[in-house]
Amino acid sequence: MTTDKAGRVHSRGDARAHVAAAHAGKGRGPLTRIALYSLRHPWQAAAAIGATIIASVLQLLIPRLLGHAVDQAQGILDAGADGAEQALFWSAMTLLGVSVARGFFTLVQNYYSESVGHHVGYELRLAFYDKVQRLSYSYHDKVHTGDLITVGLLDLDGLRMFFATGLVRVVLLSVLIGVGAYMLLTTDIVLALLALSFVPFVAWRSSVAQLTLRATWLTLQQKLSALSRVMEENLGGIRVVRAFSGADFELAKFDHASKEALALAHERVHVRVRNTSFMTFSFFFAMGLVLWAGGNKVIAGEMSVGTLASFLTFMTILQMPVRQLGLMVNSFARASTCGDRFYAFLDQPLAISDAPGAPELKVTEGTLRFEDVRFSYEGATHPTLDGVSFEARAGQTIGIVGAPGSGKSTLAHLIPRFYDVSGGRITIDGQDVSKVSLQSLRRAVAVVQQDSFLFTTTIENNIAYGDPWAKETKIEKAAESAQLHNYIMGLPAGYDTVVGERGVSLSGGQRQRLSIARSLVLRPAVMVFDDSTAAIDAGTEHRIRSAIRRYASDRVTLVISHRLSSLLHADTILFLEGGQIVEQGSHEELLAQGGRYRALYDLQTRPTEDIEIGSAAQ
Amino acid sequence: MRAIEEDDRDVASFPGQRPPRASVGSHRIEEEIFGKAYDPKTVRRIWAFVRPYRLKIYLSVAAVLVFTATQLAIPLIIGRAIDSGMTQGGNSTNLLWAVATFAVVVVINYAASWIQESQVGQVAENVLFDMRRAMFAQLQRVSLSFMDKTEVGRLMSRLQGDVNSMQEFLETSVISVGDMVLLVGIVVVLLTLDFRLGLLTLSTMPILFIVRIFWLPPAKRAFWAAHETNSITAGAMAEGINGVRTVQNLDRQRVNFDLFDDKAYNNLLTQLTGSRFAQVMVPIVDSLTGIAMAIVVVVGGSLVLNGGLEIGVIVAFLFYIQRFFDPIRSLTMQYSIMQRAMTSGRRITEVLDIPASINDKPDAIALTRDMDGSVEFRDVVFGYSADRPVLKNVSFKVNPGETVALVGPTGSGKTSAMSLVHRFYEVQSGAVLVGGHDVRDVTQQSLGEQVAMVLQEPFLFTGSVFDNIRYNKASATREDVIAAAKAVGAHDFITRLPGGYDGMLEQRGSNLSLGQRQLLSFARALVADAKILVLDEATANIDSYTERQIQKALLTLLEGRTGMVIAHRLATIRGADRIIVLQNGELIETGNHDQLMEKGGLYAKLYNMNYASFDDIPDELVAQANARAAST
Repeated sequence: MTTDKAGRVHSRGDARAHVAAAHAGKGRGPLTRIALYSLRHPWQAAAAIGATIIASVLQLLIPRLLGHAVDQAQGILDAGADGAEQALFWSAMTLLGVSVARGFFTLVQNYYSESVGHHVGYELRLAFYDKVQRLSYSYHDKVHTGDLITVGLLDLDGLRMFFATGLVRVVLLSVLIGVGAYMLLTTDIVLALLALSFVPFVAWRSSVAQLTLRATWLTLQQKLSALSRVMEENLGGIRVVRAFSGADFELAKFDHASKEALALAHERVHVRVRNTSFMTFSFFFAMGLVLWAGGNKVIAGEMSVGTLASFLTFMTILQMPVRQLGLMVNSFARASTCGDRFYAFLDQPLAISDAPGAPELKVTEGTLRFEDVRFSYEGATHPTLDGVSFEARAGQTIGIVGAPGSGKSTLAHLIPRFYDVSGGRITIDGQDVSKVSLQSLRRAVAVVQQDSFLFTTTIENNIAYGDPWAKETKIEKAAESAQLHNYIMGLPAGYDTVVGERGVSLSGGQRQRLSIARSLVLRPAVMVFDDSTAAIDAGTEHRIRSAIRRYASDRVTLVISHRLSSLLHADTILFLEGGQIVEQGSHEELLAQGGRYRALYDLQTRPTEDIEIGSAAQ
Repeated sequence: MRAIEEDDRDVASFPGQRPPRASVGSHRIEEEIFGKAYDPKTVRRIWAFVRPYRLKIYLSVAAVLVFTATQLAIPLIIGRAIDSGMTQGGNSTNLLWAVATFAVVVVINYAASWIQESQVGQVAENVLFDMRRAMFAQLQRVSLSFMDKTEVGRLMSRLQGDVNSMQEFLETSVISVGDMVLLVGIVVVLLTLDFRLGLLTLSTMPILFIVRIFWLPPAKRAFWAAHETNSITAGAMAEGINGVRTVQNLDRQRVNFDLFDDKAYNNLLTQLTGSRFAQVMVPIVDSLTGIAMAIVVVVGGSLVLNGGLEIGVIVAFLFYIQRFFDPIRSLTMQYSIMQRAMTSGRRITEVLDIPASINDKPDAIALTRDMDGSVEFRDVVFGYSADRPVLKNVSFKVNPGETVALVGPTGSGKTSAMSLVHRFYEVQSGAVLVGGHDVRDVTQQSLGEQVAMVLQEPFLFTGSVFDNIRYNKASATREDVIAAAKAVGAHDFITRLPGGYDGMLEQRGSNLSLGQRQLLSFARALVADAKILVLDEATANIDSYTERQIQKALLTLLEGRTGMVIAHRLATIRGADRIIVLQNGELIETGNHDQLMEKGGLYAKLYNMNYASFDDIPDELVAQANARAAST
């Protein structure tokens, strides 16, 4: 897909410019930042604001014109004046013209303020997505995916809407209320004060109500997500629930969570109703006062019926914007908190990025070296890796084994720079991995992870994930090597079967095989199996290994595994303990040494102490 | 000849080209909205949920009618006030009366709007929660074969999305009754005030109707497209977050950014189209309002001139005109809401109608703790579909206190046999007996209390360690829980967790290792203290250190209980009192380890292959062993 419906050929420059602009203004308040960002569309913003002013002035003219027309009618009645009909006609035409013009300018106002919002939303989304992809593992380790999604959806929305619901509304409401009040006050000050008496009440009530509603909304969202969690876990763990006959218990849990949410939902209805009813009432109350006082003025001959009518019409026009004051206050509050979170995310420093002018990694011999590598996780008291050194040449397979927490996976994650070493260095053909460009490094190193993520797309696209230009034959070959081809061919849609969240679900072993195929497509210089065959049976694993070995002659292979049978054919096996290599050698050598490796081997192949389960029962 | 040279990852013939095999997120969302707007069957089902609150509904409909009446009355009263003596030197008593009437009407208006909105809002919320609970409760009873086939995400969207669009419908439907009444009311009032002027003014109304009829279908498509592309973009974003490690691992950031840009940009375009459709109605309505007002001024004015009309009527007309088009606008919107609600309603009833295939018999007895604890399979035939039996005439008995290991290659029916003890599924023929009772004759609740189960994949709930171990055994004390944790050897690592037993598990225990989660699920089974334990041993590779701990815990767990274990580990198998070897749904061998070894059948062949676990043995070797066993 190179062009979209509008025929626009995508240029990367455009999107990249939006991303860069979103990062500007660090250190400024979120409202200033989003306001300035919205003004990156100066023509649309100007059209929106200009039209707002014109439309609100026109809107204010309508009661005047109506009042005028009523007076004319009255005049006709009183005097039967000549030419009255013509005057009426012109009055009507002006009214019509103003109405049409107001409609047009309201259209311009609404459309362009929404348009600015949509553009801002689009651009912020790009910036958000880009940032997600750039932040390193250490950031994603700390942050809940659910929280990130909230930032990208809800917080971004709060910012996007700020121009239309906040800024434009400020203009709209100040013109309507300000100019309107001025016009009334200069006509008849007493009546005007009566007519405007509802304004402070409604403005105050509506602001309080909106802020309360927002606060309860946020709590309600929390309660509802607690409720969803109860449901989701119940459905996901339905077998456990059934096994323990826990249905009643689960329903009680559901009711508990549900009751809390329902109470809050009722509370919200209550807040809303109390305030809308009160606002309507105070409005009509003021109208009653105007009617009474104005009526008396008419009777006393101090005012025309038309002026009274225009006062009343004006009040109906004013009612809406005054109620909207609350929405405006809310929009500011929302944009401010959403903006705090969103920009805090966007301003996250990148722990791992290219050094300026970093050269490409040039793989020649394909030699991987660890030189006294040290690593500690943020906030950890003990180092995870404490001076690890080894060398691996192309064609070699290095096995890594050790207890959980000995630093095996960490070691794997340091090579493609998912984390940076705290001390020492890792080189590929003499080039420090932290000095070369990330892109070239990650293309040279493939890590087959323990838990691989399946994307919602076809199996073929999933295998080609790292190389979406790959030819079909290459994909099939990778699947064959990973012992997945036969399974795929057995599926009704074959390679076109959609997997992932919305597709066919694969078993743990199948997922791991797919993940292996994914890496095989890439033909990397360094390939790391990070305990990625745990869910694959030993026989299949064996077949995968022999299939891969044919291509492994120009590649370093690192195999991390609990299962010693996976490591038997490694050229060298490293035994890690407490972040250090404590034993090193081939399988035979390590067995002969009779150390920790030997003990582990004995434990796995044949349990030395038989646990007599049955005897305990008797 | 470095591998990198044949890298074709950047082969794009011109800038902006997208790779052929790449996408982010999914391309469509499964939802249909253009269904029927009225479906009597669905409405009847929805009504069943509303019925308990019908008094409140009647009350709020009454309130809506009163509210609408007062809305209609207010301009009339103003008009009347002007006409009855509001001229220079006029009668102020009449004015007083008019203002007093106005005040009364306003108070009624206030009360009616309060009643209407609060009642409708609360009923809508109540119905929403009731529906959700009914679905959730139903899902607790439906057969596991349904749950096996259905994704949790899909069910969740019914429990949430569909229920929410029902709420929208309920809230707006009472209001649309008011809109309808208001519309009729305005027409009647205008025609009564002055028939000719009323008719003329109303002539603008059909124009709006016609415009809306032409506008609605494309507008709805545009709104839907905006909504759909928005969901798609959000989905792609969520995928980018969830899969970020893989994305970085495989260096897909650049490609993904461009693909995401495509989606987001497409969403921008559809949003703008949607805005255009929404806003184009504004000048149309305003122009029609202008025309109507002009008519009133010109025609009304000349009527006044002829003495055929009072000025107050003109003022009243001008008031009505300003609220004239609102009900038409909201009524046409209501149509789409109804369409959506019918679709949602249908999906909700689908969930409610899933048959609960396993029910207690009316005369089911409760299985008590003093039953003997035996398990017996009598000629059991079972399959997930009628024509493909998974278990074929399987018979065996596990004596009270005995531990039996079920062994066999993948697909031999071990897991199905285990599920039948708990009556997760119904046998096709034959019977499963627990404590001498057919499982179909006892209550499921009591069966669950006497048969504890440990699944292969340990499942933990959000909550504290304590809550997870105790689960639904409310009678278990803190001491019981700690004792159980100690017995399975989980106490040490639990006390090291932040918060100890009261420490909250992150994301269902993702901060624990698989082995530790396994131990917690053992502790949970121990606290449940059932007479029979059914256990599916984990196949996943757990590190050898934890593995030993688990073996010991298993021993504790089986103490004094009847045990049925789907065994993968040789240590477990050899320790069992008896081994049952299943293959292709048939029981082919039974006996203890020594007996089976002596017999030299499939078990002996497999055992002699020296694999650490039966599941590690490749299929073809099993086939060979089988052939050899058959020939002996």
